[in-house]
Amino acid sequence: MARLRSPEELERLRKEILESRDPSRTFVTVNTRSACGLAAGSEEVAERLREEMEKRGVEGRVELRRTGCNGFCQMEPVVTVYPSEIFYVNVKPGDVAELVEGMEKGRVVERLLFQDPLTGQRIERAPDLPFYRHQRKILLSLNGKIDPTRIEDYLAEGGYRALSKALFQMSPEQVLEEVKRSGLRGRGGGGFPTGRKWETTRNAPGEPKYVIVNCDEGDPGAFMDRSLMEGNPHSVLEGLIIGAYAIGSHHGYIYVREEYPLAVQNVSVALEQAREHGLLGEDILGSGFDFDVEVHRGAGAFVSGESSALMTAIEGKVGEPRPKYIHTAVKGIHDKPSCLNNVETWANVPLIILHGADWFRSLGTPGSPGTKIFSLVGKVHYTGLVEVPMGMTLRDIIFKVGGGIRGGKRFKAVQTGGPSGGVIPEQHLDTPVDFDELTKLGSMMGSGGMIVMDEDTCMVDVARFYIHFLLEESCGKCIPCREGLRVLDRILTDLCEGKGREGDLKTIEEICEVMAEASLCALGTTAVNPVLSTMRYFRNEYEAHLRGECPARVCKALTAYHINPDRCQGCLLCLRNCPSGAIRGEREVVHVIDQERCTRCGICYATCPFGAVEKLSPPVAPRAQYGVRVRKEGRK
Amino acid sequence: MREVTLEIDGKAVRAREGETVLQAARRAGVEIPTLCYDEELEPYGACRICVVEVERGGRTRTVASCCYPVEEGLKVRTETAELRSLRKTLLELASLTGGPEREGSRFWRMVREYGADPSRLLSRVGGRERECILCGLCVRTCASVTQDGVLAFVGRGVERSVALFPEKTEYCRLCGYCSRACPTGKIPPGGPARAFPSVYERAKPLSKSSI
Repeated sequence: MARLRSPEELERLRKEILESRDPSRTFVTVNTRSACGLAAGSEEVAERLREEMEKRGVEGRVELRRTGCNGFCQMEPVVTVYPSEIFYVNVKPGDVAELVEGMEKGRVVERLLFQDPLTGQRIERAPDLPFYRHQRKILLSLNGKIDPTRIEDYLAEGGYRALSKALFQMSPEQVLEEVKRSGLRGRGGGGFPTGRKWETTRNAPGEPKYVIVNCDEGDPGAFMDRSLMEGNPHSVLEGLIIGAYAIGSHHGYIYVREEYPLAVQNVSVALEQAREHGLLGEDILGSGFDFDVEVHRGAGAFVSGESSALMTAIEGKVGEPRPKYIHTAVKGIHDKPSCLNNVETWANVPLIILHGADWFRSLGTPGSPGTKIFSLVGKVHYTGLVEVPMGMTLRDIIFKVGGGIRGGKRFKAVQTGGPSGGVIPEQHLDTPVDFDELTKLGSMMGSGGMIVMDEDTCMVDVARFYIHFLLEESCGKCIPCREGLRVLDRILTDLCEGKGREGDLKTIEEICEVMAEASLCALGTTAVNPVLSTMRYFRNEYEAHLRGECPARVCKALTAYHINPDRCQGCLLCLRNCPSGAIRGEREVVHVIDQERCTRCGICYATCPFGAVEKLSPPVAPRAQYGVRVRKEGRK
Repeated sequence: MREVTLEIDGKAVRAREGETVLQAARRAGVEIPTLCYDEELEPYGACRICVVEVERGGRTRTVASCCYPVEEGLKVRTETAELRSLRKTLLELASLTGGPEREGSRFWRMVREYGADPSRLLSRVGGRERECILCGLCVRTCASVTQDGVLAFVGRGVERSVALFPEKTEYCRLCGYCSRACPTGKIPPGGPARAFPSVYERAKPLSKSSI
């Protein structure tokens, strides 16, 4: 490929690509370019599709395209047939022959369509799925449609048009002004105005200046950045180049955590292709602007997502935060001005340049314009990556996009913002989701993790989970974070084990205050949010744990299982499934749990078809006598 | 270098731009307690004992004075009831690993002075007493005098500890700097060799229960 030397050459190439493609031609996509698809077995499905298409001689008419994640991870492997967007879910290699036959005859394979769990209805087209219907995809619109390892796919969809516009029709100042006017705020969690950050780095004394992509996504249950990097790395790269132009930087880094090998691979391919096409490197598109990028692989530390720790790691040192009250935007890598933005933030930039700040401001709320990608997980019907306009209420995200709570259970709380965020209870479900509103509730936007919890979730246990995660991830440099987490972890674990002591809640609050006030970096100052927010909204649960009770009946030490003699039908099912041999019984005789041997694994509770097994907290089971005959009246 | 005027505990103090609040305060005779600070070394910001309140543009916040740069018109308070209480809890947290007490050492004198009760949290959570508060003064001092460093931090989070490179002990000139720098009195004047385990020993993962 010859390097492109002007915007005209770029447009000529785009035209060539488009002319070689018939828009009415069928193509099928399989997600083998992202981890979620691969884990579900998409590679086998893709291979079978290739073979079957060859066998039937349709490979000339139908294109097989390997793409990134389309968001509905739960339904992988997904096969989508374009241009009509017929959406097949949970496709197995054995289904492929039928599928290809259907394509050939223009017939839809009914049984592989998504079935709405609420109505039982089969839905044909992706945009009609309840999961997608309420979303507004601008960043994710190409994920699942283009092959991220082929730059032609990105170019065919208008890729690098924004870069060309920025370089040839705008001055760096105008680009900066446009981003400032768009009101874009940092998607990594802090919500700091992106344009202002760029301006700080641009105006800071010192050369060279660096621009950096933060892809050290580490919140439990969050995979937004991963999906973008795997599924559409060129969009992130294009944003980065535009940012570098505005800031006056000629050297960029993409910091990707080691645990994302496919993201590293796909972004490295993207860099290579961009260089070959003259979109990266010296004299980009003949504009005279030079810029190149290095991929830095993180060493698997959560704390390295913090800006100063990340930059220390790029310098080749241990990724620990530095005590800086001077922003990294002024003094970052090697004490030079360094502008760090999250993956999603950079991916927004080409859209803003292409469509303008006013268009961007028309999405979302006045204080938080644009859309936000969330990884919606937990006890909802539909889980996966969702992109919605800012300002959508939590209720709409959970009940419309997510389809509501699974298993007829009650909603209890939603956790946002990962270990730096907090839980939000039912009374605040109508809160519009934006940076400021979530902070007001004691949580935060964070990078976009959203974990939905139902009534079977213990809030003390949730706090313990996050504190334990942070205890393992804190770098240990400063006293309040390191030792404070040690204290919180011990006390919360004790509470969950029924070993809480008087005064514990006061100690928790006191330690939280010291951590929030005095910790060196944001990991420590925000670590208290999961604790303080659960205490704020569910204090009664903390108090109950002190009394030896777990209201959600989750904490094993505070829970006992008991078989209700009025309901037990003597079917032996629980007995056969009990891994510790703790259940005694025979046909037609009410089964009894030996509390001494019971490990509270809950298998009996889950397997009993009659709902006879009960969970009790406090863990005091009524005395049970062996040998009682079952009652048949209640049997259905 | 430009000069700025700031206010520390009600007193007008002149300082050079680029200095920290701690440096300016000490020169003006205002004592701010520190544990991990050494004027010969880069500020480290780990012990947080040097916290002060700074007021700027009507907004007050708590910062570590060893790292916070002076600014024109900055108002600093170094001794309030809140700060004392913050320092007291920090000292109690530090003593989870800082014990057992070695009388007369800098750290334990400070514990007494702030009325901190080292057994309060220790008795609740159990600690790993190893006479070290991980201030890093020994590690950093050693690196500055030997160019390489006989001592290093190993482990992350609560597993963090100081350990020794046995093959590097030949660089150790028994200068005694680490011993003098140590606020808990763990390191004898005879050098660090007997105070710390080898990094290779410490590199073995600890069991969860030891946390």
